[in-house]
Amino acid sequence: MASTEALLPVTSLQDPLSESRSDQIPETRRRRPIKVHLAVYSGLLLIALYVTLIVTHDGSKAEIATESRPRMAGVSEKSNDGVWISSDDRKVEAFPWNNTILSWQRTAFHFQPEKNWMNDPNGPLFYKGWYHFFYQYNPNAAVWGDIVWGHAVSKDLIHWLYLPIAMVPDQWYDANGVWTGSATFLDDGSIVMLYTGSTDEFVQVQNLAYPEDPSDPLLLKWVKFSGNPVLVPPPGIGAKDFRDPTTAWKTSSGKWRITIGSKINRTGISLIYDTTDFKTYEKHDTLLHQVPNTGMWECVDFYPVSKTQVNGLDTSVNGPDVKHVIKASMDDTRIDHYAIGTYDDSNATWVPDNPSIDVGISTGLRYDYGKYYASKTFYDQNKGRRILWGWIGESDSEAADVQKGWSSVQGIPRTVVLDTRTHKNLVQWPVEEIKSLRLSSKKFDMTIGPGTVVPVDVGSATQLDIEAEFEIKTDDLKLFFDDDSVEADNKFSCETNGGSTARGALGPFGFSVLADENLSEQTPVYFYVTKGKHSKLNTVFCTDTSRSTLANDVVKPIYGSFVPVLKGEKLTMRILVDHSIVEGFAQGGRSCITSRVYPTKAIYGATKLFLFNNAIDATVTTSFTVWQMNNAFIHPYSSDDLGVPSST
Amino acid sequence: MKMMKVMMLIVMMMMVSEGSIIEPTCKETPDFSLCVSLLNSDPRGSSADTSGLALILIDKIKGLATKTLNEINGLYKKRPELKRALDECSRRYKTILNADVPEAIEAISKGVPKFGEDGVIDAGVEASVCQGGFNGRSPLTSLTKSMQKISNVTRAIVRMLL
Repeated sequence: MASTEALLPVTSLQDPLSESRSDQIPETRRRRPIKVHLAVYSGLLLIALYVTLIVTHDGSKAEIATESRPRMAGVSEKSNDGVWISSDDRKVEAFPWNNTILSWQRTAFHFQPEKNWMNDPNGPLFYKGWYHFFYQYNPNAAVWGDIVWGHAVSKDLIHWLYLPIAMVPDQWYDANGVWTGSATFLDDGSIVMLYTGSTDEFVQVQNLAYPEDPSDPLLLKWVKFSGNPVLVPPPGIGAKDFRDPTTAWKTSSGKWRITIGSKINRTGISLIYDTTDFKTYEKHDTLLHQVPNTGMWECVDFYPVSKTQVNGLDTSVNGPDVKHVIKASMDDTRIDHYAIGTYDDSNATWVPDNPSIDVGISTGLRYDYGKYYASKTFYDQNKGRRILWGWIGESDSEAADVQKGWSSVQGIPRTVVLDTRTHKNLVQWPVEEIKSLRLSSKKFDMTIGPGTVVPVDVGSATQLDIEAEFEIKTDDLKLFFDDDSVEADNKFSCETNGGSTARGALGPFGFSVLADENLSEQTPVYFYVTKGKHSKLNTVFCTDTSRSTLANDVVKPIYGSFVPVLKGEKLTMRILVDHSIVEGFAQGGRSCITSRVYPTKAIYGATKLFLFNNAIDATVTTSFTVWQMNNAFIHPYSSDDLGVPSST
Repeated sequence: MKMMKVMMLIVMMMMVSEGSIIEPTCKETPDFSLCVSLLNSDPRGSSADTSGLALILIDKIKGLATKTLNEINGLYKKRPELKRALDECSRRYKTILNADVPEAIEAISKGVPKFGEDGVIDAGVEASVCQGGFNGRSPLTSLTKSMQKISNVTRAIVRMLL
């Protein structure tokens, strides 16, 4: 019978099982009615089948991770756990957003396109007098998709001019997306751009492009190499786990070298390739680095920092006075982590100084302890600086993004250097050029006792630059700091200690920005000092957005981290306030926190600034300056901007 | 013989589901039975990989959003006193259809699942916001609850792709 043949493959799989049973059963059942015989037989066959299915299912678990990983811990901000809503029963009330409230959210001096969605910074560089900035852009919607390379230029990293789109998905090898990439300057000063393309079959490949007209300082047009793609996913690497090539650096043998992040199972890795012409590559068998349980490494960045000088270094610099930084964006957690270590050029590997805080370890170092991702540095040969760009997404609902017509901004570009006092972390600071936006200022010297909130009268409070230093006293004794570690010796954290309303002996104290008169909405940016082991003082720097808005359909986290405060240092803080973005910097940029906030009342003329001291025992003395910040008037380029006579 | 034929039918049905990763995948989500029933109801489910399962569920989100929008449209006449809340829900559910779903489909197909996670989470958020506008007397409770549940399950599967 045909049907018996169909059965055969199945029964042969379970031969060990069914044979022995079917052999036994007929003997013991010869005297039983046929109906029962068949029923039992079919029941056992079904059991055998079920067992087989279970066995084969276990084998097909390959796609599902069996290792534990931080699935819900430290997950992306728009998490359903504890930050948005954690149960199906909880309701979130809509805030009646209107265009007046929404349009206030647009920033005045942070880079953002005129409309629609933006994400990763791409290929930043300085060329013929202009800083160039490219970015992942959706020309069609205020959510991610249809990605092209947007383009803008500036003389000073602050006053940007929108240029036409630089690259679109017009080839088979980038038909599904012109994704993130980096620029390299060749020895003759010409530019090559490597970027990831998502092919017409959804494979991630690396492509080469270069300016069509090198004499055009605006680099308006780009040409894609006819031999693209120059790199495809190598054996053992997933077709969708191969993206974001770095700027290349010169090896001691004179070749160029790049690294590309990926993953193998749950281990984040960085692949290494050498090339002489950017068209053909040799892949190393070894990896630049890998860290287990960190997941996919996106937007890897690799660069040298000076151990002794506070200037930037060209990506190819190497030597005894240099450390190397590996940075990666963790796909799992949406956090940018970095680590400092030593690069061995001869075997193309890198070893962290402190493996316990290796790249991607959750307790490791971050550029920013708030909302900050897909960051990328470049060497600014104009002023000898290494400059960092970071993508700052929204923390509101996508419906609001669609209604207001845009989503995401870039952080203010920051200089990055090694902290020459601790040697264990980087220090970031907004580029000097931002000071050109400073208008009028007011200087204050205040002493505020425990449990006080003081309004700071500066007039308009939506576009501010604040620089402050603090000293604390208890019982008339001034407290001195003397940290020599990069890690806290107690488990205090901004988040788990009730945010800014929790009162301790020595904190919290700081500023409440984007507040309304009644403090029904406010965003505190503050220090919280505690006593650690041996009465040593520990300082955390935090931003608490939990009361930043009355609206509940936005994410309102409490961000922060431990910040080292060394002997002889005062506590210092800088805050840039620009409508819906707040960037905080502690101890000269040893710890940075970027937040997105969406007040409904503390907007336009109603926005206020407060100083507060919620400590129980400490009196805080502070000296600070508040500048009004001008708009950067970012606009589309015109011939007026180029100093070119308009008749030509 | 009739018994034999019935048995063979059952055997064949079970063979079809051999190789399916639906059950082990759904075990890692917050709602196993919902997950299994949604995925089994789609003919592509039994042979889909993890991405494929995620895309099937996003299709379900799309279908549920469409169904909910139709319900909202019908409610304007039946419950005119709820106009304001219905307007908000309409806006929110249109976001699910026009922004969240296309974003999630593109992201998962192209292998950048984190943007898919954003879209899927937002679908749940938009449903919650819609629900919140009724102050406890919502005619859409069962539909919005379904969206929240499907969003949670889908998100768990999308996270497996990260």
